[in-house]
Amino acid sequence: MKFRNTEHRETIKLQMTPMIDIVFQLLVFFVFTFKIVLPEGDFNIRMPSSTASQTSTPSETPLLRVRLRASPGGELAGVSLGDQAFTGEQPFLQLHESIRGLINDAGGPGSTDQEVEIEADYDLKYRYAMNAITAITGEIDANGEQHKLVERVRFAPLDDE
Amino acid sequence: MRIKAKKDSSIVEGDLTPMIDMTFQLIAFFMLVINFSDVEQDQRVQLPESELAKPPAAPYEQPLTIHLTRNDTYIFGGKEFTRLPRLKSSLLLETQIIKRHTSKKLADVTVIIRADGDAKTGQVQEVIQACQELEFERFALRGKQSEQRTIGGS
Repeated sequence: MKFRNTEHRETIKLQMTPMIDIVFQLLVFFVFTFKIVLPEGDFNIRMPSSTASQTSTPSETPLLRVRLRASPGGELAGVSLGDQAFTGEQPFLQLHESIRGLINDAGGPGSTDQEVEIEADYDLKYRYAMNAITAITGEIDANGEQHKLVERVRFAPLDDE
Repeated sequence: MRIKAKKDSSIVEGDLTPMIDMTFQLIAFFMLVINFSDVEQDQRVQLPESELAKPPAAPYEQPLTIHLTRNDTYIFGGKEFTRLPRLKSSLLLETQIIKRHTSKKLADVTVIIRADGDAKTGQVQEVIQACQELEFERFALRGKQSEQRTIGGS
């Protein structure tokens, strides 16, 4: 038996060019679609409608009211907790210290009973409301650990104006 | 004069292996890093920063996301609304779908609110109130994670 084409045995050479073309196409695609996105996080609040919350069991601890006033441009004009107004460079830090003092007096930090109601002017920029929620709900210590302060935060019902 | 090495004139072929290695490494890196899951993120909304905003430990089950832009418009379900009643009717439709096709209670559905830092707080409250009227109870106020303390102090 005779084999044909035995003298045609040549080394197969891999064609690199098309592969590199495609690989570069892929690379360029991923480089262009790559977008650095900062992670997002949530503040979870449970807010039943006002009619339902009145029928639920009332909390024993008194409700703390945080009032955020806005200037005509929507900037922050004043922060107060109950009757106590915070004036100074860092009103939210003062608010935070004040609430921490109150919570520590009544049964240690992380109190789940305490409820804070935020009453903000309509035009206030939302970032200040977010600052207030941050100041109320907890803190991060020097080691980067999160400590909870007040978990029950809600917005005051809007006036029907 | 004699020119040396004349027979060495074959095509010079560079070694492509290291380059392909590196290119594949890069492709693998970008493929792993790319994030298609954040489709709900809307670049029209610049979230306010907070150091306490942490990603949820477990993903919510079929949450509803409402965006509020700095131009006082609402975005829900890919549509932009300029007036609250329109948003509310769209939400009402959504609640009917949830009621009809799932066994979940509306009180267990989380409404994610992504409001711009410059949006009006009153508007956020209006959205929450509108959701409350439709029997939603759980809300997640979304913020951008921050390394610095946003309320001041060290």
